Amino acid sequence: MKLTMASSPHNHSHKSLNTLMLTVIAACIPGFIAQVIFFGTGVVIQLVLALITVSVAEATIMKMRKRPTFQTLKDGSAWLTGVLLALSIPPLAPWWIIVIGCLFSIVIVKQLYGGLGFNLFNPAMAAYVLLLISFPVQMTAWLPVSDLLGNSIDFSQQLGVIFTDFTATGFSVDQLRVGIDGMTMATPLDTVKTDIAHGLTASESMQSPLFNEWVGKGWGWVNLGFLIGGLYLIKSKVINWHIPVSLIVTLAVCSGIGYIASPGTEAGIVFHLFSGATMFAAFFIATDPVSAATTNKGRLIYGAIIGLLIYLIRTFGGFPDAVAFAVILLNMAVPLIDYYTQPRTYGHGVKK
Amino acid sequence: MSQYKELINEGMWKNNPALVQLLGLCPLLAVTSTITNALGLGLATMMVLIGSNVTISAVRNWVPKDIRIPVFVMIIAAFVTIIQLLMNAYTFGLYQSLGIFIPLIVTNCAIIGRAEAYASKNPVHLSAFDGLMMGAGFMVVLVVLGAMRELIGQGTLFDGADLLLGPWASVLRIEVFSFDNQFLLAILPPGAFLGLGLLIAAKNVIDAQIKSKQITSPEAEKGPRARVTSLT
Repeated sequence: MKLTMASSPHNHSHKSLNTLMLTVIAACIPGFIAQVIFFGTGVVIQLVLALITVSVAEATIMKMRKRPTFQTLKDGSAWLTGVLLALSIPPLAPWWIIVIGCLFSIVIVKQLYGGLGFNLFNPAMAAYVLLLISFPVQMTAWLPVSDLLGNSIDFSQQLGVIFTDFTATGFSVDQLRVGIDGMTMATPLDTVKTDIAHGLTASESMQSPLFNEWVGKGWGWVNLGFLIGGLYLIKSKVINWHIPVSLIVTLAVCSGIGYIASPGTEAGIVFHLFSGATMFAAFFIATDPVSAATTNKGRLIYGAIIGLLIYLIRTFGGFPDAVAFAVILLNMAVPLIDYYTQPRTYGHGVKK
Repeated sequence: MSQYKELINEGMWKNNPALVQLLGLCPLLAVTSTITNALGLGLATMMVLIGSNVTISAVRNWVPKDIRIPVFVMIIAAFVTIIQLLMNAYTFGLYQSLGIFIPLIVTNCAIIGRAEAYASKNPVHLSAFDGLMMGAGFMVVLVVLGAMRELIGQGTLFDGADLLLGPWASVLRIEVFSFDNQFLLAILPPGAFLGLGLLIAAKNVIDAQIKSKQITSPEAEKGPRARVTSLT
């Protein structure tokens, strides 16, 4: 019998990369369904476009690098990037938005840095930032939830908007965004931010038909969907609890303090946790195993600073939501965090 | 003659200030949003480089070693002021669009780098040629980067060339394709970083290919190395 000597860790998870990635994609399903219900089937079109683009991009680069094409594609990491990006952009964004985003995330952010495992930044979020600063108009054109729409649109019309900028009946995205009462509607985060800048209080702003009491209509359900998916990921041990918990707790504490200090200009804890991309970020974005911190203590710090940054940028910054910026900034800090939070090796460095 | 050839090779390729020395990145990244801006700043830098190289080389035997850097900086600053006043007089539109980056040529490390490394040790005619070649190498990279960013960012080439070359040059403007939306990233500073990274990568690829072609006579096959330690 031949005994092989492998280096530690000797006991590790026996999940293959492919299973891990597909589990994460599967965990997106509840949130995905909620998005389809409230924001229309445009999400499905974006998803298909994203999957095609990332597959082609990954396969092409793998061919150029003379690596096994299908084996790499099969691990599903590129598909996950595509899914995450498709879920984060507005469902009726023009088709070239998602194509440019997917190409950038796979070719530049992931493969030019050496492929899976070597990318400094979360590919989906780096691509999101690229799109947001390059095409701010298209990237902020979220429709209000479908039952507030002045003109309801079906699948074929959404297809028309995505590919030709207009529906068959000649409406553009800007016209579609007009609600029943003739006012253009934005996302809940954006609405509150603009209203506060115009001198309204947060609770006055939430009288708008976009809101149910405390959270944006539809957005609460989407966040709940991602929360369920995220809890499933923790239960199936695909992600650790540290990052989501510290992110959510920090965001809740910060928005709680803000609400107590200035209830007029602060929208409260529930609003912050369930109105933007908070749950999606906490469970699906910040937990990317490649670009996140790798020690447990480091993960707590990493999640906490992301939560703090999300709150700060949402409240004081120029953009309505801040997940992508916060995650990218902390991706840069990961080597430092990991350096200072190295766990003590068993038997070494005991304080006497 | 071989000295001149060597200087051409150094400035344009082997020791290119932008791609190899990575000096003067501040103007390189900030003003290359269009070809016109890039060409304007490239020409200005080249003029300053030639002028300062010639002057420094001419006075090199009279400048005490201990205070040479302040002397070099003053000479460079004088030339930058001349260029700035000239641009203010003759290419006012470009002067306004380049803004602070013209006076900032003083702090361009490529210039003081050449003064210290070459002009203070070599005769005038060689220093002048070195300034020309280094400036040209810098300018070519600026223009290529400017062309990439302008093309991707707004789909045109030579937009606003009349600011630099006079009214006739507005016919140079080429609209390669027109977007409804500008691709802002290419015009913003991140586009410059990405573009420069890609240019450096391209240079490395070309270098590697040249190198692999040069090895025509492979060394004689060596016998396999005897392994003295056993695996496992």
